Amino acid sequence: MLVTISLIILFLPLLSFLVQIFFGKKLPRQGDWLATSLLFVALFLSFFVFFSTGANDRVVGTVSWIDFKDTPVLGSFKIDLGIVIDNLSAIMLVVVCMISSLSHLFSIKYMEGDPKYSKYYAYLGIFSFSMLGIVLTNNLFLMYIFWELVGISSYILIGFWYEKPGPQYASKKAFIVNRIGDVGFFTGILIIYITLRTFNFTDIFAGIAAGKLTGGWLTAAGILVFCGAVGKSAQFPLHVWLPDAMEGPTPVSALIHAATMVAAGVYLVTRVFVMMTADALMVIATIGMITTFISATIAITQNDIKKVLAYSTVSQLGYMIMALGVGAYTAGFFHLVTHAAFKACLFLGAGSVIIALHHEQDIRQMGGLRNKMKITYYTFLMATLAISGVPLTSGFLSKDSILAGTMAFASLRGGINYIFPVVGFFVAGLTAFYMFRLVLLTFHGEPRNKEKYEHAHESPKVVTIPLIILAIFSFFAFYSVNPIDANTGWFAKYVTAPKTVVPVEQRFAYEQEAVEESVFVEEIHHFHYPAMGLSLFVAGAGILLAFAFYKWNKFSADAVVEKIRPLYNFSLNKWYFDDFYDGIIVAGLLKFTQALKWFDNTIIDGAVNGAAYITEKAATGSGKFDNSFVDGLVNLVGSFVMFFGLIFRKIQTGRIQTYLAYVLFGIIIFYFIFRAL
Amino acid sequence: MEQLHVGLTHFLIVSALLFGLGLFAIVTRKNAIMILMGIELVLNAANINFIAFSKYGKTIEGLPNLDGQAIAIFVIILAAAEAVIALAIILNIYNNFKTVNADEIDSLKE
Amino acid sequence: MNYYDVIFYVFAILTIVSAGIVVFSKNIVYSAFSLLFTLSGVAGIYVLLNADFIAITQLLLYVGGILVLVIFGVMLTTNMTSVELTSQTLKVLPATLVVAIVSALLVSTMLTTKWNQGEPKYYETTISELGGLILTKYLLPFEIVSIVLLAAMMGAAFFARKS
Repeated sequence: MLVTISLIILFLPLLSFLVQIFFGKKLPRQGDWLATSLLFVALFLSFFVFFSTGANDRVVGTVSWIDFKDTPVLGSFKIDLGIVIDNLSAIMLVVVCMISSLSHLFSIKYMEGDPKYSKYYAYLGIFSFSMLGIVLTNNLFLMYIFWELVGISSYILIGFWYEKPGPQYASKKAFIVNRIGDVGFFTGILIIYITLRTFNFTDIFAGIAAGKLTGGWLTAAGILVFCGAVGKSAQFPLHVWLPDAMEGPTPVSALIHAATMVAAGVYLVTRVFVMMTADALMVIATIGMITTFISATIAITQNDIKKVLAYSTVSQLGYMIMALGVGAYTAGFFHLVTHAAFKACLFLGAGSVIIALHHEQDIRQMGGLRNKMKITYYTFLMATLAISGVPLTSGFLSKDSILAGTMAFASLRGGINYIFPVVGFFVAGLTAFYMFRLVLLTFHGEPRNKEKYEHAHESPKVVTIPLIILAIFSFFAFYSVNPIDANTGWFAKYVTAPKTVVPVEQRFAYEQEAVEESVFVEEIHHFHYPAMGLSLFVAGAGILLAFAFYKWNKFSADAVVEKIRPLYNFSLNKWYFDDFYDGIIVAGLLKFTQALKWFDNTIIDGAVNGAAYITEKAATGSGKFDNSFVDGLVNLVGSFVMFFGLIFRKIQTGRIQTYLAYVLFGIIIFYFIFRAL
Repeated sequence: MEQLHVGLTHFLIVSALLFGLGLFAIVTRKNAIMILMGIELVLNAANINFIAFSKYGKTIEGLPNLDGQAIAIFVIILAAAEAVIALAIILNIYNNFKTVNADEIDSLKE
Repeated sequence: MNYYDVIFYVFAILTIVSAGIVVFSKNIVYSAFSLLFTLSGVAGIYVLLNADFIAITQLLLYVGGILVLVIFGVMLTTNMTSVELTSQTLKVLPATLVVAIVSALLVSTMLTTKWNQGEPKYYETTISELGGLILTKYLLPFEIVSIVLLAAMMGAAFFARKS
């Protein structure tokens, strides 16, 4: 029954896609009401599934797709397709459906008047279908298929306004960078399949527990599968596509690049968490840490409202990955869910501002909007408080858990590992700083562009209702009754870290004994309150700093900029990553293709043309020979024949008397012949 | 003088000369009626031959040998029939072509 | 030399000379009339060969019938322009040559061959013998000849119709 409902949830957006794509133009209002209501039905059903699934429930539905008994190299080759509904997928169902349906609703105003309106809803539908597919599958093969589908939907949606060069470039960049990660993902899948002969998660974990895949190969498989997450969740070094993806419509940014698709990488890591060896987890944590640091430093200098939010997303994703890397499974997943809500709210709020100012995105042109757009302002503020980690918000709880996890990890392992919590807290402070900078510059102070300010007004209900709903979900109460300690909340009990199946020698030192309650989780409890205090401190510092710069004008931002001009430029230009990639990798590739093109044009075409030239000359010569000599011969023969013909023609006079003379002549001949005989 | 005594060969020579003259008329003359006259000469030469052999040819003793003459009768009759038809044709040709020159009756020629 | 030979030579020369005139004459009317003498000469030769009935038949049919028809034809078709030998000697010379050679060969054949000769038999009249032959040995040709004559008549009548 749950399987059926889940399949309905899965296929409702697909239905929306098919209807919109084929009949969208003919429907009244181009079908936006149809797509939106289908998604809301899916949301309602997903709530049902969520409430029916307990923490340890696991419902699986499979169907056998390919079953070759005897293939040349592999022997028996079997692929089953299936879905699984457990705690992780149930929560993700709700998250995806909620954000998707609210984005549909929001788009009614944002995409008003766009010429490809019905197609937009179709693409949102196919994206939702693909994302739900990733969330529901129980095997790597099907997940890879939906993974790619999500990539394609993202490509289509980023490049929705493909008439402009910016979206063209950004969509290609997104897809190609994603593909680089996917190559690693696929290689990891191959390693797993060759050794374990199954794509199914439970079978894979059972196989690893039985010791069929160990040592370097197991670590390699883990890291390679993580590569897919690096690509999809925009981790260093494949983070470059996410800021450019802001070229797409804002609801698309909210749906895909804040809340769901980028979260798919994190989801993947949580799914295969149990097969990660200690080395793989170190890699994961390190990459997460690097990512969050880099993007936070870039975010403080950006001037486009969507770019700030984009880098903020990358940074928060780094947090989640880092949390998973250090072993704070519950915390990482918790942050995923809360981040979905408040980041979507932030993006939709930004979208509301953009609509109001007639598609102005530079915050240096904004200001003082809080008087004009009250609902937008208050929801935006609520979400900012959540992301900064201010108490009474959901973000406070989730970020806290992560920071506590890093502290526990550091204390258990000591030494260099203290860099994780240090970076974590530093970035928390930075986050608070740049988010409040954004709020202050956008909504407070004097309007810098008087004209746009005059025309601004609050957005209609289809815009503000999603904002309100998402802001409400950024409130702490949904996740834990206790505003300070989330570990007593239902979430922590719902999502607990699963036992790892990695061989003993490949685990972290403190996990090498099998204990009932993990040592790590114990440590987290120890560090819970210290982490909370420290995070409050850094958050407060960041907020104060932001106010000092931008509201009370105690320090002048420009003066500081001048002092650290090189650093400022480094940050503003995104650490020159794009330029590096363009210059070295892309340019190198282009040079290589140029060389190949030269080779093809000059050498190969030269050979072909040369052959053609020789053939042509030979043909001409042969033709001349044919014309002059051979024809001459033929003509000569012809003229001989004609000559003799003219002579012999005279025999035929047409007169019988002549013929009679011939007869007589013949008689003479016969006479002599017979006489001689 | 023996040679001058008329025997079989003299008749045969006469017939041969007549035959040659008739042949010459056929081969050489253009007028259709001349050709017809040549044909008559040839036929007459043949007749002389038949009848000469009828008289001088060897016979089975006791039986009459008038075969040559019988044949000659038939030849004459056939010659008559043929001349009739030939003249009818020639007259028709004359009506159509206004000429009886064998050379000039060539409307079948391209 | 007896009368027989002399008469023979007379008729022979008459025949040949007349035939010569028939063949070589430029005037077709002269040719036609000369044919009369030729045919008559031939009739005389028949008499010398003891073919009396044939001689009479010759005179009746050939001279009285065919010759008259030929003269009819000549008179009806002549354009008053005289008929000539073909003026092109190229065409005449080979023909003449061929005919002359053929004649020479014939004559030489006649002279050189040893003919099977027997005693000539004399009949009072040949007519009764001929009649017997026609009705016994040559009955079939007789009938066929009558049909030929019928066909010739029909053909001539057909040609003479108004079309």
